[in-house]
Amino acid sequence: MLYREAGDFKTTYAEDSQTFPIKFDRWRYWAVLAIAWLVIPFFVNDYWANAILVPFLIYSIAAIGLNILTGYCGQVSLGTGGFMAVGAYAVYKLMTAFPDVSILIHVVLAGLITAVVGAAFGLPSLRIKGFYLAVATLAAQFFLVWLFNKVPWFYNYSASGQISAPERFVGGIAVTGAETAPWAQYLICLAFVTICAVMARNLTRGSLGRQWMAIRDMDIAAEIIGVDPLRAKLTAFAASSFFIGIAGALFFAVYLGAVEVGEAFGIQKSFLVLFMCIIGGLGSIFGSFAGAAFLVLLPVALKVLGVDILGWPSSTVAHLQLVAVGGLIMFFLIKEPHGLAQLWRVTKEKLRLWPFPY
Amino acid sequence: MKMNTFAMAALAGVMASGPALAELVIPDLSYRTGPYAANGTPFSDGYQDYLSLLNARDGGIGGEPIRVAECETAYNTEKGVECYESTKGDNALVYQPLSTGITYQLIPKATADMIPMHTLGYGRTSAAAGETFPWVFNYPATYWDAASVAVNYLLSENGDDLSGKTIALIYHNSAYGKEPIRTLEKLSEKHGFKLTQLPVDPPGQEQKSQWLQIRRERPDYVIMWGWGVQNQVAIQEAANVGYPMDQFIGNWWAGAEPDVLPAGMAADGYKALNMNRIQDYPVLDEIQAQVIDAGNGAGDGSNIGQVLYIRGMYAAMLTAESIAKAQELAGTSAVNAAQVRDGMEALEITNARMAELGMEGIGPEFSVSCQNHSGSGEGLVQQWNATDKVWVPLTDFITPDKSVIDPLIAEDAAAYAAENGITPGCL
Repeated sequence: MLYREAGDFKTTYAEDSQTFPIKFDRWRYWAVLAIAWLVIPFFVNDYWANAILVPFLIYSIAAIGLNILTGYCGQVSLGTGGFMAVGAYAVYKLMTAFPDVSILIHVVLAGLITAVVGAAFGLPSLRIKGFYLAVATLAAQFFLVWLFNKVPWFYNYSASGQISAPERFVGGIAVTGAETAPWAQYLICLAFVTICAVMARNLTRGSLGRQWMAIRDMDIAAEIIGVDPLRAKLTAFAASSFFIGIAGALFFAVYLGAVEVGEAFGIQKSFLVLFMCIIGGLGSIFGSFAGAAFLVLLPVALKVLGVDILGWPSSTVAHLQLVAVGGLIMFFLIKEPHGLAQLWRVTKEKLRLWPFPY
Repeated sequence: MKMNTFAMAALAGVMASGPALAELVIPDLSYRTGPYAANGTPFSDGYQDYLSLLNARDGGIGGEPIRVAECETAYNTEKGVECYESTKGDNALVYQPLSTGITYQLIPKATADMIPMHTLGYGRTSAAAGETFPWVFNYPATYWDAASVAVNYLLSENGDDLSGKTIALIYHNSAYGKEPIRTLEKLSEKHGFKLTQLPVDPPGQEQKSQWLQIRRERPDYVIMWGWGVQNQVAIQEAANVGYPMDQFIGNWWAGAEPDVLPAGMAADGYKALNMNRIQDYPVLDEIQAQVIDAGNGAGDGSNIGQVLYIRGMYAAMLTAESIAKAQELAGTSAVNAAQVRDGMEALEITNARMAELGMEGIGPEFSVSCQNHSGSGEGLVQQWNATDKVWVPLTDFITPDKSVIDPLIAEDAAAYAAENGITPGCL
């Protein structure tokens, strides 16, 4: 009744090709943005920012990035952790080398540097596919982590091999460093998430996205209809790495403040982001958010339930958490192999017919 | 979940405004899961059991009951940060993260929140410079002390001459494992030994290539900076390549029962540093009787008396003593985090006090000051006897070479202060 195309007349081409063709969706989109921008910043405290919201937003960007590559272009990648590390170390080197330039510019530059690195590691994708490509990107993951551990220039020769983010300001307000207010941390991540999501959504709706999807569905057929696989695959690697690089830069500078490459950007990070894409739904921007929310919130929710409400020992809860997360991943993959985004699509289809389904 | 956090926030608000709730909250960022659980569990058991003993025997510290807020980190920095954020609103008095990685993460946060951290023989060595790191304490010793103690022990074994010898450092490839490198490099210049560095990627189940290299190069000594499963694997691999165990020395985080037991008799003769002597202390009987037997133990009680259990207990004792000191200084028993910091900075541990607490000779005598947050830095060398399954102390407490360490600390602290815009000074 509320959720339908009928009666929503489009009179211009721009209206006809807008992102959300249904009025209800548009309202919902603006409502979500309004709550995220105008309501949450006033209520967010240290715990909510550091344990839930900031990691959720940053992982969303990373999941969007990987989703472009894996979900839209069909190139399996296990190098996400390594590419996030490139973003983190790039922003660190830029922050320390050019302290007077705004951190916002550094984060974007870090994304661009990661895009170049990602495109370089994407070159093998022209020859190899599927599992073999996964192994090639796995090599990128291990190589990049090894590189950042091995070459002291990347961590400015610090004794511990760690990098730590110096304090930086946007408009006089600290956004990195220990004195950062939780709302500032939240808002800077939200700004990047909003821009990245809008960019990614429009990229995937445009000609480039269609080329990627053509390559994903059948690369030979795509080539026959005139898609250049070199261009499509490399742009997918570059765009994907750009977002992942931004996520890595924010992960280091805004969220953690100090990182050790082996621990923060190890292979488990690559798998975590890949699980987010798979659980959320491959080939869906909404799915990236849903997957990130699922995997960030679930452990925290289980912990609050087990330790704070039920009063169980923290070690038991930690063990149960591994079981529960694993079990839920399996449950979702069996019950809904297309991820949470598919549940959302089904709901929307039902809503279209409600209250008179046939 | 939302309710709970709001309730917690409301509670914190009430506690901040109204009369202080009579409770001393000490968070324990423990890890009983993951590849480091074998080492994290006994430490946490010792830490909590000693605090439980104080509750059971003395009714807390200075009449205020203690509440331990445990949070599982799995030795993971992200979870460590989450634990810190979720416990700090509870009027947390002092943090003991038992992880160098988490320590690095929390140093700026705890400094900004004005909550002291005690990193007992781990964490950032240059935090010894209390004027730059007013909220971080690493007494009774630092990693650089440990490196120097190990070298001093080898010097005494070799008639004060290590020139021409080779020492291999096999280390956890993380901030923790990299800590001693700078000191060992300086010491190798000073004493003329050759240092080989062998990083092991965490968690360290795979060390074949490192040990093949050791077999090929046959260094005179191997020093290990390991933790968790890495220690067990290294000792097993050392036995496999036939490296002599008495030339293999672990630091004080690589010398406990869980590290040597899996290798069985092959681990016999393995040496390790220790910052707390292993004996049958009277306080252990009290813990057994009043905590474990009463059913209030943090674990199942099977770790009692082990190296890491005693170290956890030692850490809790130092925390309790500094809170007592803080109560004395502040003139109130309901102290806050800032007052506990003052207590930590005025801490003085004497032999008489340790004997009074039923743990005579557990650690060296030391006192803390604003300039020196690291204590005496002494450590001893112990050896594993696999037949009787006991650690046998080989030496008394060895003094580190402060003439090498102090300038390094000053240099590193000055660099940190410059990088972060800190003007060093006492609070």
